Amino acid sequence: MVCDDNSRLLHGYLDGELDLIRSLEIEEHLKTCPDCAQQLWGQQTLRKAFRSSNLYERAPSALAVRIRASISQENAREAVAPLQSKPISMLSPRRKVWNWLAVAAAIFLAALLTWRALPGGRGDSDLVAREIVASHIRSLQPGHLFDVQSTDQHTVKPWFNGKLDFSPPVRDLTEEGFPLIGGRLDYIDHRAVAALVYQRRQHLINVFIWPAEKQTDDNLHSESSQGYNMVVWERDGMYLCAVSDLSTGELQQFAQLIEK
Amino acid sequence: MPNVMQAVGNAGRFEEVVLPHLDAAYNLARWLVRNTHDAEDVVQEACLRAFRFFGGFQGGDPRAWLLKIVRNTSYSFLEKNRPVALAEEFDEQVHVRDVPAFDAEAIMVRDVESRMLRESLEELPVNFREVVVLRELEGLSYKEIAEMIGVPIGTVMSSLARGRDRLRESLLRARAKEGTRGL
Repeated sequence: MVCDDNSRLLHGYLDGELDLIRSLEIEEHLKTCPDCAQQLWGQQTLRKAFRSSNLYERAPSALAVRIRASISQENAREAVAPLQSKPISMLSPRRKVWNWLAVAAAIFLAALLTWRALPGGRGDSDLVAREIVASHIRSLQPGHLFDVQSTDQHTVKPWFNGKLDFSPPVRDLTEEGFPLIGGRLDYIDHRAVAALVYQRRQHLINVFIWPAEKQTDDNLHSESSQGYNMVVWERDGMYLCAVSDLSTGELQQFAQLIEK
Repeated sequence: MPNVMQAVGNAGRFEEVVLPHLDAAYNLARWLVRNTHDAEDVVQEACLRAFRFFGGFQGGDPRAWLLKIVRNTSYSFLEKNRPVALAEEFDEQVHVRDVPAFDAEAIMVRDVESRMLRESLEELPVNFREVVVLRELEGLSYKEIAEMIGVPIGTVMSSLARGRDRLRESLLRARAKEGTRGL
């Protein structure tokens, strides 16, 4: 007979959603309760089955085309309607100028808030963030993902020898659910950088690594751009930037695993 | 002050921010409405709604934002076209505690084929199916799921527990059936 309350908490435990005290309690309980231990084993088996399944349903490519078309149609309607319904003379020229200035100021402020934190060596941090997202997107196109394809950290790490003036930290995280699948050379912020490729279910993560040129205050922070999330941190004089379409939460979890 | 230039900028930004999550949107819709053709219509409708609300998007995680709209659109679709599929949600007849103890050996990972898992997931009532899809396929945290479907985090954990237990139960039954057929 499985203990009711614990069998519910087992799922929180399995998903890494319990606080430390609860987790320890469950671990203690598992030692003495074979029923719950078996439950957990069964749930882990189910999870593995999900991970190795093909249940993730990708959008057919025609759908994106259809959606773009319907949005531009909607857009055209929206753009024309207000001009027709409201005579232009209702807005004085001066008011229009102020409106534009307000928009420009808001955009500038947003850009400042979003990108201030990203480390830029010689370049501007905003540009670095954009370069990183652009590299990530390019890497997802067919044939651009790896120069060296391997799940073995002892193959990937030596591959960078002689190609970079630094040695990037390479760790496989297959057991933690983020298998290493390869690496390649990339070029960010006016220099050659290492890019490691990890996989999380159907999602790919690029980790860009390059030597830090100045100290930053914060250890780990997150940003997002064009729908992609990134987490940036510094370690042993190197910047690491993980970028993916994964949620910020999962990306931070990934960053913490790399640091372990 | 909407005008042509701003509108063009909006569409461009929308495509950059939201459309990278089209696979996530489609996956959720497909698992909620259980049909590829309907899923495409739902996603298109959801994206159009998202575009109209895009001015109100406060930043944050665009995937979670889009998925919430996809979920609402999927439920509206189900209410209108498949009220029976929604009624399952209230079916509390099967109590997981009453199912026979699992034979752990019987569900070794290698034996659980994708096809069986797919069928079992399809059969799950929609309220359990959605949390399992959001957690196992989309990898959302309990907090993100709770915010998306508007329930407390504890409820997410309970629904996941029920959903996964039902899945295992139905996988076991599927295996037993295939086993006897083979004899």
